[in-house]
Amino acid sequence: MTKIYGQGEAQVRALDGIDLRIDEGEFAAVMGPSGSGKSTAMNIIGCLDLPTSGSYLFNGVEVGGLDRKQRALLRRNYLGFVFQGFNLLARTSAVENVELPLIYRGMKLAERRPLAMDALARVGLEGRAKHTPGELSGGQQQRVAIARAIVTQPAVLLADEPTGNLDTKTSHEIMELLVGLNRDQKITVLMVTHEPEMVSYANRVVHFLDGKIASDTRQQEAA
Amino acid sequence: MFYETLKLAVQAIRRNALRSFLTLLGIVIGVSAVIAMVTIGNGTTEKVKEEMAKLGSNVLFVRPGQWGPGRSSATAKPFDMRDIAELRSQLHGVRAVAPMGQQAVTVVYGSESRSVGTIGTDASYIVTQDWGLSEGRNFVEGEIRSGRASASSARRVHEKLFGSTDAVGKRIRVSNVSCEVIGILEEKGESGFGTDRDDVVLMPIRTYQRRIAGNTDVNTINVSAMDGVDTSKVQADIERLLRERRGITEGEEDDFRVADMKQIADTQTATTGVLTALLGAVAGVSLLVGGIGIMNIMLVSVTERTREIGIRLAIGAQEAQVLMQFLVEAVVLSLLGGTIGVVLGLALAGAASAGMSIPFVLDPSIVVIAFGFSALIGVVFGYFPARRAAQLNPIEALRHE
Repeated sequence: MTKIYGQGEAQVRALDGIDLRIDEGEFAAVMGPSGSGKSTAMNIIGCLDLPTSGSYLFNGVEVGGLDRKQRALLRRNYLGFVFQGFNLLARTSAVENVELPLIYRGMKLAERRPLAMDALARVGLEGRAKHTPGELSGGQQQRVAIARAIVTQPAVLLADEPTGNLDTKTSHEIMELLVGLNRDQKITVLMVTHEPEMVSYANRVVHFLDGKIASDTRQQEAA
Repeated sequence: MFYETLKLAVQAIRRNALRSFLTLLGIVIGVSAVIAMVTIGNGTTEKVKEEMAKLGSNVLFVRPGQWGPGRSSATAKPFDMRDIAELRSQLHGVRAVAPMGQQAVTVVYGSESRSVGTIGTDASYIVTQDWGLSEGRNFVEGEIRSGRASASSARRVHEKLFGSTDAVGKRIRVSNVSCEVIGILEEKGESGFGTDRDDVVLMPIRTYQRRIAGNTDVNTINVSAMDGVDTSKVQADIERLLRERRGITEGEEDDFRVADMKQIADTQTATTGVLTALLGAVAGVSLLVGGIGIMNIMLVSVTERTREIGIRLAIGAQEAQVLMQFLVEAVVLSLLGGTIGVVLGLALAGAASAGMSIPFVLDPSIVVIAFGFSALIGVVFGYFPARRAAQLNPIEALRHE
């Protein structure tokens, strides 16, 4: 899989002519201070936003040439999202949250319920399927969010500061989970983070600074 | 897929029970008000029609003077018994012609007294009114001619003065005239004008003229046509005869008026019809307000759920799907409200009909209109907020707190 990340130019030049290629199966950590453009880059990679100029190829497809509907389909079929704020639907049970992407794929309850339960099992939450987010701890909520992201068998998992709201112990658990997904299911993981200790889990680290890539290093899997 | 969207919508409604309930309330009140008002209005119209039918559709009323604004019957010359005799001998196709004089006077029996509408007339009155006697007899010719004091009292008068004791043969005092009660009229009920028709005393016209009115006038003539006879022909005959007798020349306006029950009934029906329309319009406004309430709630709901919409869009919902979800939510809410409103409205109308003893006239078209309108409100007022929701930029939506 090829990802050629052309140059994006927002008005504030959040991304100032960057060139990035992420290969299938990588676990890349994106770092950088606030306003360095890493979130903008993630949004473009996640097909939530389009670059002002330049091109973004996903799996050889020019994303800039797709309309909103096609980008929604691309997100639905190839991408999984994990957010810093978990972003689960309130007052909705864990299993229903996980099922949500499948509902939008038009999958019947009988088909999607086992898939959702399986995804919950993979994040170690099979016993909490009926709990609503309010009844779960932060780490558990993030696990539900990860289960929701992987239930569609995505090619790429985009994690925007997945450990930002969690304590250190829980953060490491979540990271182990992501590494496991990357290793066992060959899901490409792209993670934005502030925390240097989380970077060690990745096999590639990209540093952003002022809309440019300051450094890009590959490292041996530490964990 | 539609079923799933419906399920999503129902879930969303249930998760926000209070907000949904308040939205529902607007529609429920609107729909039930429209249905209750219109149904009650129709019932009233029907009641008026029924009452009019009770009075008899083939009865003509002749009164001196012209009715209407700026016209007074006081200046017109009243009729007298010679007019009655003339009408009786000259008119064809007529069942009865009854003279009428009427005044409210005090009627006394023992220690009981009551102010009662007293009608001076003769035996033909109850024929024109299609009325019968439950006890006793009608007036006989001798009583009318001699002016002997006798009276038939109606049911209510009987109850009030005599209670459960027998009245026929007893003597009552009508104003200052001592009369023998010769008969009791059948119960007739309220008239369409809201007066109690059972609260009258009938007495011979001559007695009435001499002892109560103090003149020889006949204020009103009741003419009832035979079945199958065209009342408009009888009306024309009456007009011709009376013009002749009253010396009205060609081209001059009548100084009396002949009206039939149908004309009076039409006026009444038109009045209640306007009232129904007015009530319906007021209720319609509340339905509209209910609709705006739904739109408001949907807009607030979109703003409040921006983040949720962002999540849905990010994990692969398409614009059309988000649009559908919000639209279905609005439609489900308004249909639910519409259904509850229809049931509540019919229940209210039923209770009111029973309470006001008017017939319960269910007009299916108003149910369809009210229900259809609530569905329309759902679609229209649900669409715009839904479109706004669907077109949100997912990143903006996700950042929204």
